Amino acid sequence: MKNIIGFIRQNFTFFTFLILQIVSLVMLSSFSKSHQTFLGGWTNQMIGEINTRYNNWSYFFRLKETNAKLVLENIELRNQLKQNFVPYDTSKKLATIILRKDSLEKVRKFFYLPAKVVGNTFTLQKNYITIERGSLQGVKKDMAAISPDGSIVGIVVEVGENYSKIMSLLHRNSKVSAMLKRDKVAGTVEWDGSDPEILTLKNISKSAAPKLGDTIYTSPYSASFPPQLMVGRVTQIIADPASNFLTLNLKSSTNFYNLEYIYLVENKRMAEQLGIEKNKEPNE
Amino acid sequence: MNNFIKNSIRFALFLIIQVVILNEVPPIHQFITPYLYFLCILWLPFGISRLSLTLLGFILGFALDLFSNTPGLHAAACGLMAYIRPSILNLLLAQEASEEVNKEPSIGTMGWGPYAFYIFTLTFIHHFYLVLLEWLQFGSFTYFLGKVLLTSIMSILLIFLVELIMNRRKLKR
Repeated sequence: MKNIIGFIRQNFTFFTFLILQIVSLVMLSSFSKSHQTFLGGWTNQMIGEINTRYNNWSYFFRLKETNAKLVLENIELRNQLKQNFVPYDTSKKLATIILRKDSLEKVRKFFYLPAKVVGNTFTLQKNYITIERGSLQGVKKDMAAISPDGSIVGIVVEVGENYSKIMSLLHRNSKVSAMLKRDKVAGTVEWDGSDPEILTLKNISKSAAPKLGDTIYTSPYSASFPPQLMVGRVTQIIADPASNFLTLNLKSSTNFYNLEYIYLVENKRMAEQLGIEKNKEPNE
Repeated sequence: MNNFIKNSIRFALFLIIQVVILNEVPPIHQFITPYLYFLCILWLPFGISRLSLTLLGFILGFALDLFSNTPGLHAAACGLMAYIRPSILNLLLAQEASEEVNKEPSIGTMGWGPYAFYIFTLTFIHHFYLVLLEWLQFGSFTYFLGKVLLTSIMSILLIFLVELIMNRRKLKR
């Protein structure tokens, strides 16, 4: 026993070093699995504060640009309003009118919330965006994030009281269902980690005939994203002779370098949709 | 005490520069990420004990991790580099080190050759371990090799520039 204690005391520095390495490796591995910060909410809060201060400063110099974007977006929104609603079931019209007075409330599917970006990375392999809006202001996990010009940005993975973290599209683990505008064939948009402007659309059936410059937008199969949001344009078509699928390279339509405001989209029917999709038949 | 304050300010300054400027630079290439923050550990005085070096390296790396959402990645790499630092220094300067406890490693105190060797080795060790940890999670061997080499070259260039700008040799006198 004495020998062991003596040994530890002799190599105390080395053991401290070993313990610190183990601590960091554990943090690294547990973080990448679940996207939960190891130390919990307070670090998130603190870093958020610092980022806000820094951001206030750079934000001031870009007011003009932001304003121009807002005007454009207003026009865009007016044209798109219809897409936020699912069509009303006319066969039950009579019953619904008698039962509910507020018919608008019943059909709204997507609900939008604005949020200010206070932290943003795009140089790493796993990029996150921090926003100043949290559970107290109505943010929930798995909400979609879109940029002011209507292209997709990411998905909320962590919610604090006043700050939340978004897994950017530029993340190794991000997967978004998207489809070709031309033939409505759906696939998955991923990022290979090399160039922040190039995304990859995988699992497109070879029966589709995509052309360079084709528009890719979000598919109606995604639970988080509203359909028909711009993702990007095809720049390269790669046909893998070993499989039945094409891989397309896209030029992303989102500009990740200068995000200032984003919009969070809540799908009011997401829990129900996911619940139904998860249900397996008892016989299986 | 003077030394302590100077190094604290340096610590904060390097962290801020890394987070606010170098992490925000649009990527030149997938293999190139500019890193400079660990220079703060390399500039600590000769007399500092190995234990406090390791702890400081870990803290510096962890502080950077909090900002870049990669808990443990930089902490592990910077901790390893800080732990190895005394061995490299012992290799380069035999006896004089113990006498000049308050001096820092620089061109003035070590000479061109040993100082360059010191910077090259530790930068390489830091990046090797950092990219190795990244590689274990994804990526191919070419990614690993290319990123280690190019990022090391980038860092060494940056350190060289900082040396030219700061001119610590004159400050010493």
